[in-house]
Amino acid sequence: MDMSMQKTLPQSSKPVLDASAPPKIKARKVNVYYGEKRAIQDLDVDIPRNAVTAFIGPSGCGKSTFLRCINRMNDTISICRVTGDITIDDGNIYDRSLDVVQLRARVGMVFQKPNPFPKSIYENVAYGPRIHGLSRSKAELDEIVETSLEKAGLLKEVKDRLQESGTGLSGGQQQRLCIARAIAVGPEVILMDEPCSALDPIATAKVEELIDELRKNFTIVIVTHSMQQAARVSQKTAFFHLGTLVEFGDTPQIFTNPSDKRTQDYITGRFG
Amino acid sequence: MTDVTTGGAGAFSHRLDFSTTEAKNRIRARYRSEGRFRSYGMIALGVTALFVVVLIGDIIVRGVPAFTEHVARIDVPLKAEAFVGSDGKVSELSIRGADYFPVTRDALTAIIPGLSRANERTLARLLSSGAADDLRSRLVADPTLIGKTVSAPLLLSDDADIYLKYASTAITERPARGAATPSDTSGEITILTSANDFADEVVAVKASLEQRASGLSREAERLRRIGGAQVTERLADLDKQVAELREKNNAPSSEITLDDKVASVLVSIAGGIVKLSKLSNSAVTGDVLIPLSSSAEAAPGSWKIVRYATPESNRKVTDVEVTLLERLRSLGKVENQFAWRFLTTGDSREPELAGIRGALVGTAFTLFVTLLLSLPIGVLAAVYLEEFAPKNWITEIIEVNINNLAAVPSIVFGLLGLAVFLNFFDLPRSAPLVGGLVLALLVLPTIIIASRAALKSVPPSIKEAALGVGASHQQAVFHHVVPPAMPGIMTGTIIGMAHALGETAPLLMIGMVAFIVDVPGTLTSAATVLPVQIYLWSDLPEAAFKAKTAGLIIVLLAFLFLMNGAAIWLRRRFERRW
Repeated sequence: MDMSMQKTLPQSSKPVLDASAPPKIKARKVNVYYGEKRAIQDLDVDIPRNAVTAFIGPSGCGKSTFLRCINRMNDTISICRVTGDITIDDGNIYDRSLDVVQLRARVGMVFQKPNPFPKSIYENVAYGPRIHGLSRSKAELDEIVETSLEKAGLLKEVKDRLQESGTGLSGGQQQRLCIARAIAVGPEVILMDEPCSALDPIATAKVEELIDELRKNFTIVIVTHSMQQAARVSQKTAFFHLGTLVEFGDTPQIFTNPSDKRTQDYITGRFG
Repeated sequence: MTDVTTGGAGAFSHRLDFSTTEAKNRIRARYRSEGRFRSYGMIALGVTALFVVVLIGDIIVRGVPAFTEHVARIDVPLKAEAFVGSDGKVSELSIRGADYFPVTRDALTAIIPGLSRANERTLARLLSSGAADDLRSRLVADPTLIGKTVSAPLLLSDDADIYLKYASTAITERPARGAATPSDTSGEITILTSANDFADEVVAVKASLEQRASGLSREAERLRRIGGAQVTERLADLDKQVAELREKNNAPSSEITLDDKVASVLVSIAGGIVKLSKLSNSAVTGDVLIPLSSSAEAAPGSWKIVRYATPESNRKVTDVEVTLLERLRSLGKVENQFAWRFLTTGDSREPELAGIRGALVGTAFTLFVTLLLSLPIGVLAAVYLEEFAPKNWITEIIEVNINNLAAVPSIVFGLLGLAVFLNFFDLPRSAPLVGGLVLALLVLPTIIIASRAALKSVPPSIKEAALGVGASHQQAVFHHVVPPAMPGIMTGTIIGMAHALGETAPLLMIGMVAFIVDVPGTLTSAATVLPVQIYLWSDLPEAAFKAKTAGLIIVLLAFLFLMNGAAIWLRRRFERRW
């Protein structure tokens, strides 16, 4: 089983993780409470820049909760409370003076179920740049839209129908549209919460290819239920269990030679 | 299906079997109950359809006559002397101020010449008091017509119009068998016939007199049985009447005197009409209403006996009026035309001149103010309560109160308007501004509740996506939550407006119930609205207002259907698949 996973690991033609660069995101003693219930316990982790980090673990282990802390989407849930420090490039994102709107422009998110705006494809991608004032003219905006769609691998398919509704695309195309929308704003980090779980295998393959391309320019954190996907796509993997970070390390090492027994049990399918 | 199979791992002890009698009975019972349910539905639909058809049909049948009016289209000679002002010249002022009554009267009497003075007056009064209004505006616009003769439609009075529309009396004509010899061509004359042409009439009149007598004696009997002091006087009176009638009936001379309590009998001879006052088998006496062309003997079959079946005392139009109208009609001068004035003029005490333009404009102004106030306030309140309000007890109280306000009787809003807007703020009474304010309060809960439902129906994933792209909460709400909710908001608004359109009670409280003739010009001028106009007209005594009220109800219903139709169309048009 370990051998088959090793076969699908990315080859060395891809850029290798630079271990000497400072981590993009640092979490120290993070605790997250939903009302009285503690969902994440004393979490410490360093997420490397320009790489894909995968969060794996059984349902309800807190990986999506932590993901949503990084762009403070948990603020919208009134009973959710976060303590501890999360810093991006050494800036504390829970600092009182920080504008959470700007944070969310720097940290983009792609959701599990594709949720394009019920507007045209062009509008979907152009909305973010427009509200953040990233373009000075229509021509510039057009260029941003085209570039984002190109990077998301969608431009060829929708070039002639940019004014059509975004909800008229297929599931895989919608998810790539959401990715294009996220990168149009020019974020530094992209968070992906199980982006392929609603897609068929071919669409999944396209999105994984895309993630691999994107990591040249973005820091990507992906939550996934599929261990094969984590093995294919990520350089670092974090295994969560019951609200604690059990193990964090290089992907090949986690999947071939985990140090914690719980990790071993999970990847061999004994539970979860 | 076979029976229970035994053996094999996991034998299932209760498989379905539809072949037993129990099962068959159950199935039959289910079909029966479903059939019953369907037929209940059909019956309910049928009863509803019947009610709707009857209701709408009744209103339409009653109201359609309000949209037509009868006019007398005749040639009116416009003699210059009538339009000359005090300065001896013809000007717009003199045209407007001229007395049109003689002009129209003379034009009419030219059509039916030779009438007595009294009958001429009756003829002139068949016209509405505003009959010359159109003529006046025509002359002001084109004064060169003065000195010429123009063909003008002159509006008839409401009683004449009602007679022509609904035929207050049945008129039967019978060509006579004998030859008739009138004694004169005008005034009171006698007509002798060679055959007993009037025998039938005599019999009919006697029969109706006898009927009246027996009716009176029946009442006398009834009173006798009751007894009592006041009764005796009435009894004596009745007994006298009965005796008189019977005496008349049985009088040896077979001459009968006609009065207004029996059907009227007339003779149409030599182009004239004679109303009979005394009848006998072959000789009659009567007053000439329309002069005869000659008093020569009229050949058999060339003259007719005419009967107006309904006695004059039971009608609003007298015999003279009926005769004149029928003469005008037979001369082809009476036209039934579409009553544009119903929609284009303001209210009036004269039914034939009354229109709904004032109420239409008043309604338009009032609804405009209502929309202007209730839509923004309602939508923004809903957005605030749904998206921005903190979830604490104050918000709870506000929500509960909004739901309660939707159920408050509308007249209470009228009292509020009276106390606050009229008394405290001293706004003008009966103005569309105040009406709009009161109706806006009425409609606000509806809009807020409908808007909240529409906002709630937008999937939260859209808002999350917007937040994820770095939109602020306010941007996410106004760019991505409100626009998809607009169809629902619009539907709620239109339904609220349709509700406000038909509200009467609160507007009565703020005084929009006066008789307003002028079409309102501004938001602060006195006005009335369509439902209040219905209320006012339904109270007036003139018979013609019944049809007008029904016509107004048709207009109001048409408005309502239109608005609700628009709501349904909008809903269909903007429905999206998420």
